[in-house]
Amino acid sequence: MPLTLLKYGLKRDHVPHREIPATPDLKRNYDVVIVGGGGHGLAAAHYLSKYHGISKVAVLEKGYLAGGNTARNTTTIRSNYITNQSIRFYKEAVSLYENMSHELNFNVMFSQRGQLTLAHSEATLRSFHLRAEMGKHHGTRISVVDPAQVKEICPHLNMDEGGQHEVVGGLWHEDGGTARHDAVAWGYAAQAARRGVEIHQRTEVLGFDKVGDRVSSIRTSRGTVSVGHVIQAAGGANQHVAKMAGIDMPIRSFPLQAMVTQPLKPFLDTLVSSANLHTYLVQSSRGEIVIGGGSDPYQLISTRSTLDIKEQLAHGALQLFPFLHNVKLLRQWAGITDMTPDYTPIMGASPLRNYWLDCGWGTWGFKATPVAGKYMADTIANERVADILLPFSLDRFEKLALINEMGATAASH
Amino acid sequence: MKIMNCPLNGPRNISEFTCFGPVHDAFDAQSISDSGWSHYLFYHENKAGIIREWWRHTPSNYFFIAERHTVTDEIVATYSPSELPRTESKS
Repeated sequence: MPLTLLKYGLKRDHVPHREIPATPDLKRNYDVVIVGGGGHGLAAAHYLSKYHGISKVAVLEKGYLAGGNTARNTTTIRSNYITNQSIRFYKEAVSLYENMSHELNFNVMFSQRGQLTLAHSEATLRSFHLRAEMGKHHGTRISVVDPAQVKEICPHLNMDEGGQHEVVGGLWHEDGGTARHDAVAWGYAAQAARRGVEIHQRTEVLGFDKVGDRVSSIRTSRGTVSVGHVIQAAGGANQHVAKMAGIDMPIRSFPLQAMVTQPLKPFLDTLVSSANLHTYLVQSSRGEIVIGGGSDPYQLISTRSTLDIKEQLAHGALQLFPFLHNVKLLRQWAGITDMTPDYTPIMGASPLRNYWLDCGWGTWGFKATPVAGKYMADTIANERVADILLPFSLDRFEKLALINEMGATAASH
Repeated sequence: MKIMNCPLNGPRNISEFTCFGPVHDAFDAQSISDSGWSHYLFYHENKAGIIREWWRHTPSNYFFIAERHTVTDEIVATYSPSELPRTESKS
C-alpha cells in the first residue's frame, strides 16, 4: 500500500479511481427514473440493475448524493416494532444489513451491538412485554430485562434509584445495530453505477407530464426525459414531489434535530434509548456520542436548529450518563422528516399506474434502506406491488387500516 | 427563546404553548363520504408558506389561531378563534 501510494503520488497524470462517476448528460428516455438520490433510491437502483437486469435507470437528485436524510439520521437499525406487518418487514431489513458489506463489496461498518430501550414506569414495561412477545413470535432476538440485567448490559447507566426517572426495566433487542450511513449510500451508488445506472446530481424535478393515468415524461432543471416507471423516494421533499405529480399525501413535515459530542474513548457498546426522556445515544466508531431525540413540536419545512431542542437532548443525555457533563458538543444539525399519521411508511402503488411510492419515512427510514430498495425494485420489475409491501399502501388511510407504530418509533411523540 | 404573542396573555416564551395542527374545514356528519372522512382525519395542510394553525397557551388553557410561515418559522399573526372565517371549524 505505501509503495502504491508513493508510485501514484509521484505520477503526474494519474487519474484516481472514481467509485461514483461524474453526472452525465441526460438521455431522452429511461426505463426507470428514481426521484431522490438518497439511500432508498440508490438501493432500488442497485436491486433493479443487479437482480432484475434493468439498468437503463436514472437517479435524479436535487442536491448532492445522499445529502438529505441519509446524511442526517442517527443510523439506528432494529426490528423491535409492534405490528406483524412492520416486524416482518424490518426483520428482513436487519438481515440484509448483516450481509450488506459482502453484497456491496464495500465496508458499511455494520455493528450489531444491540439496542437497549429503557422503561421508567410500569406502563412502559407493559408495552415492552407486548413488543417482546410480538418480536419472539417473528423470530427476532428481543426480551424484557430487569434492572439488574440493565446494569449488566450497560454498567455506566444512571439507574436513578428512587429518583424521578428510575430505570425499572428495559427492552433488550440483540439484533439492533448501527452502520455508517454514507457508506451505505455510496456502496449502493457505486454498485448501481458499475451496472450502468446514471446518477444525476444537482438535477431538480420541476414537473411531470401525464398521459391518462400514466406519467409520460419528467421535466427537470437539466431537460425533459420520457420514462417507463417512476419511483418517488424524495425524503423530506416527498409531499412536494407528490403534489407535482397530482397526488395528495397524508404527510406533514417536521424538523428532526441531532448532535454529536467530541470523541471519547469507547465506553458505550450498545444503543441506549429512553422514550420518556425523548433521548437516545450511540457511540460512533470515531468515539463521538451521537445524541438524538424527538421531532420538533410543530411542523416546519426547514433544517434550522434550535437551542431549546439541544437543551432537551442534553438534559436527557445527562440524566442517563451524568459523567458526560464536561463533554463538549462538536456538531449539531437537522433534517426534514415526512411524518405519516400512523408512524408507518407509504410504499407501493399510487393513483398513477407507473408511479410508485417509497415515502413517509419520517424518523425511521435509514434502517429500511436495503429492504425498501429490494422490494421497490421487485415491484417495478413485476409491475405488481410485492406482497410484503401491500399493508403499507397509500389507500390504507381511506380504508382506515392504519399500522400504528407510534409507540415503537420512540423518536417522535 | 422564541416568543409568541398570545391574544389573551401577551408575548410569552414559545415553550408555554402547544401546537394543535392546521385549521380544517368543518365537515357535515350527515353527508360526509368515507373518503372525505379519511381526508378530514389524516390529510393536513403542509405547504411551504403561511398556514393557519390551532395553538394553546398551556398554563391558561386558552386556544387561539396563529398564522405562521412554515419555512421561515415567522409568526405572522395571532388572534382569537372568533375571528376565523365562518367556513372553518371551531372545534
